[in-house]
Amino acid sequence: MGTVWSLVIIGVAVLLMLGIKLLGSPKTARWGNRLAAIGMLVGLLALPDAGGDPVWQRDWNLNYLLIVSGIIVGLALGALGAYSVKMTAMPQMVALFNGLGGGAAALVGGLEFARAAAVPPSSAAAMLFATLIGALAFTGSVVAYLKLNGKLERPRLFRGQHIVNALLFIATLALGGWLTLHATGGGATALLLLLAALALLFGVALVLPIGGADMPVVISLLNSFTGLAVAADGLVIGNLAMLVAGTLVGSSGTLLTLLMCKAMNRPVGNVLFGAFGSGGSGPVAAGALAGKSVKSIQADEAALLLSYARQVVIVPGYGLAVAQAQHQVCELAEELGQRGVEVCFAIHPVAGRMPGHMNVLLAEANIPYDQLHEMEAVNPVMERVDVCLVIGANDVVNPAAREEPASPIYGMPIIEADRAKAVIVLKRSMAAGFAGIDNHLFYKDNTRMLFGDAKASLTALVSQVKAS
Amino acid sequence: MDTNLLFIFILAVIVGFEIISKVPSMLHTPLMSGTNAIHGIILFGGILTLADAASPVALTLGFVAVVFGAANVFGGFMVTDRMLQMFKKRK
Repeated sequence: MGTVWSLVIIGVAVLLMLGIKLLGSPKTARWGNRLAAIGMLVGLLALPDAGGDPVWQRDWNLNYLLIVSGIIVGLALGALGAYSVKMTAMPQMVALFNGLGGGAAALVGGLEFARAAAVPPSSAAAMLFATLIGALAFTGSVVAYLKLNGKLERPRLFRGQHIVNALLFIATLALGGWLTLHATGGGATALLLLLAALALLFGVALVLPIGGADMPVVISLLNSFTGLAVAADGLVIGNLAMLVAGTLVGSSGTLLTLLMCKAMNRPVGNVLFGAFGSGGSGPVAAGALAGKSVKSIQADEAALLLSYARQVVIVPGYGLAVAQAQHQVCELAEELGQRGVEVCFAIHPVAGRMPGHMNVLLAEANIPYDQLHEMEAVNPVMERVDVCLVIGANDVVNPAAREEPASPIYGMPIIEADRAKAVIVLKRSMAAGFAGIDNHLFYKDNTRMLFGDAKASLTALVSQVKAS
Repeated sequence: MDTNLLFIFILAVIVGFEIISKVPSMLHTPLMSGTNAIHGIILFGGILTLADAASPVALTLGFVAVVFGAANVFGGFMVTDRMLQMFKKRK
């Protein structure tokens, strides 16, 4: 192992850490990503083989032909995915890339195990860990991808699934443990295949029962799993850059998962092992709302309310993105701004299909990020807001989270739209939100409903504001 | 196992926790996507495994690992960049 490579590793590790650090602020995020990419490229070009010589200086043979063509094929596929994906489908794309990384980690761990003649238990454990976790992350991510694409929409739970999952888990662990201690000969390869198959199955069984709303948490968790599998592969191969990068992703991914769960007010165990919405809270909410009706409003009246307001807060939800109305909402905000109305956007931490997803979607529509405020910044001043315009959001503005201890979302932090002087809700119909529960906000005295497709309603609002 | 490696592992865990702890939720999606690209470093592992592969099975599976790893690392950085280029301040 040359000193050159040791120095390169230090540089790569620093670039990756700086990169992740810079990703944490909107001003520097793009440079953070670039720094990390540069670090990766430098590491790739300087990569040494097991003997310590740079990989790229060896003689060309079949192996190297395969390496180069594999990189080209992967690069083409990755670029195709990265540049063709719609911003609304971003969570799926992340899941898919994560699955690929997990699959690669499993293959590397498995191949190293199969090739090694006699392995000390510590190395065998690292190889098997990479195989197991990588395979689990692979199938888990693919199932998450399918779910977010709407191909497996409903949570699937059969009787005794928890028991089956637990048995699968124990079987996988037991086999892994046995293989760690008896890792020799041809028989081990057959058992390795069995282990990989069990892990693949476990990934499916783990993610299949989880609902679509919880998928981002699952993707984040699988992301950190892949990181750990990569770190284990780094140990096996003796590549410190892989060890450091994988561990960084593993630990930061774990923390990110916990932060997301906190924003949704759900313990992580609850996400993984309890299907959402199984509690019988529907009747309670219906009883409280019996005899109440919603008041609807037309676009012209809503436009008047908006144009003569001093301060307007817009609360966008995933419904806005589904209706592809980001550009219309941007136009409305600009139009109101020109009339002297103070407009800002209040973004709930879990708005969209993934935390921060809504910010990406609004940024795509050219809304500057300093106009996007976090929930904590808007709630304290909500009483001074003249009109709160809720577009395609539901659960994140549901006061039941504050008022109804029986509600499944009780305790979840919400944007307190109901405390504004007036609330206008743009909504297609009275259908319940992702959590499948009634929203008391719609029945409040100061709330008006503007029914219809969000895009059409916003277009009407813009032209009415212009006319008034 | 080498204690130096353990030392590096523990340091990396702590650094990973620290650099994420104060990130606003507006950047969670790009952050997830960016760290996702970083574990694409498994491409290195795929290359080294394929470099020493001998049997047809090992060559095939190693090739798949390299394709997967390359798609993960290149696609991941590109898609993150595509997202972040849209974050602009008010003119």
